[in-house]
Amino acid sequence: MISWNGKKERRHLRSGRQVTLPFLKSVEIAVKSIRARFFRSFITLLSLVLAISFYSYVSVNTILSQGMRLSQDFPAVEQPVQEGDGGVDPANDPKQRWILFLSLLVCVVGIVNTQLMAVTERFREIGTMKCLGALDRFILRLFLIEATIQGVIGAAAGALLGTLVSLVWSVLRFGSHLLMVISWSDIALSLAWAMGLGCLLSVIGVLYPALVAARMQPVEAMRGRE
Amino acid sequence: MEGASRIVRVVRVKKDFTMGRSVVRVLKGIDLSILAGEYISIMGPSGSGKSTLFNMIGGLDKPSSGAVFIDEVDIAQLDAYELAWLRCRKIGYIFQTFNIIQVMTALENVTLPMVFAGVSPMDATKKGMELLDLVGLKERFSHKPSELSGGQQQRVAVARALANDPAIILADEPTGNLDLTTGGEIIDLLKRLSLEKRVTVISATHDFKMLNVSDRVVWIEDGRIDKIENRDELSISMGKIGDL
Repeated sequence: MISWNGKKERRHLRSGRQVTLPFLKSVEIAVKSIRARFFRSFITLLSLVLAISFYSYVSVNTILSQGMRLSQDFPAVEQPVQEGDGGVDPANDPKQRWILFLSLLVCVVGIVNTQLMAVTERFREIGTMKCLGALDRFILRLFLIEATIQGVIGAAAGALLGTLVSLVWSVLRFGSHLLMVISWSDIALSLAWAMGLGCLLSVIGVLYPALVAARMQPVEAMRGRE
Repeated sequence: MEGASRIVRVVRVKKDFTMGRSVVRVLKGIDLSILAGEYISIMGPSGSGKSTLFNMIGGLDKPSSGAVFIDEVDIAQLDAYELAWLRCRKIGYIFQTFNIIQVMTALENVTLPMVFAGVSPMDATKKGMELLDLVGLKERFSHKPSELSGGQQQRVAVARALANDPAIILADEPTGNLDLTTGGEIIDLLKRLSLEKRVTVISATHDFKMLNVSDRVVWIEDGRIDKIENRDELSISMGKIGDL
């Protein structure tokens, strides 16, 4: 009886000592933060959208040119495809690859930059949360969730934009017949790749700023003056 | 107040800050005991080390030497998790700049410490509404901080500080950004809460209105305790202040 009571008390003690932030609650807070700072999120997203749409554009172009090359219906097209920008498999063209790499790099640097600014702007908020009992990892998690949500939205917009531009451009150039010969599953796959890449870039970009935020001392909240 | 336990004990606390090559001695040995349920004001000119001492008591900063005990636990010995727990459960903070989280409503601000403490959402909402009622903001629970006046924001902060029934409320210049009347209201509110809920209130302040309600006033001067006055002795020096 005594030991049972003791166990119960210990359990009570342990549950009384916890400091938690349920996952759903952190998602809720993250969504609120994004909505409240729509403009800033928009700027962060913009670089991501552009980089991912470029990536999508290039990879869909590759799929299109492959589709046309394999199909027998485009003998006339062979010529422009051979000499044009889509002529060589773009993904294997070192110049194209280099540009692609640069654009993704610029995108990550841009995200790091805007997120660092966002963290500085939110020092007071982060410090306050820490004074209320938030652990470092809560702050880290909030920023990672925010970045993931932004990554999904930005990458989806970018991937759709890039694919659409590539398709429309090719249809205008080679005619709507093109749409019959290309592999739509490849395009879907490239969309998925682009989205995954976008989320990854967004999370990579926020890692360092989020670490800065999480390590912040709560005394900053006290120090903060308007 | 006799026989009450000591909730905060500051023992020979010194704090140095290194500014470039020179070392600034901000606190030069502070000894102070605060009893549970007391209303204490820490007064002193800016640069006296008042804020530094205040941050030490709040576990926001660690002393260079000496120790701060809260409930007889040396807070320098606590790890990050235990410190977070202390901030969450034991101490409620009130800031000069309110520090209400801008993206959340009044109610969400009040319930946030309860979320950290693992209180179920329903209980947290219920308690949050009670606390908002206590500070007279029940009708404005769904308002964002930008829709509240300074005094109302500080009331939300007071409610938030009380969320997990802390033993100590630390208020850093709680009236510093408020006008005379609203500042007075916040002081009255804090005094009422300290009496009703038996919370220890420790505030760093410039505000002489605060002295009227304080059980004791600690005057800090140049990193040392200049004097500690009880309320009955205070009226004499208040007269002097009035003359100045």
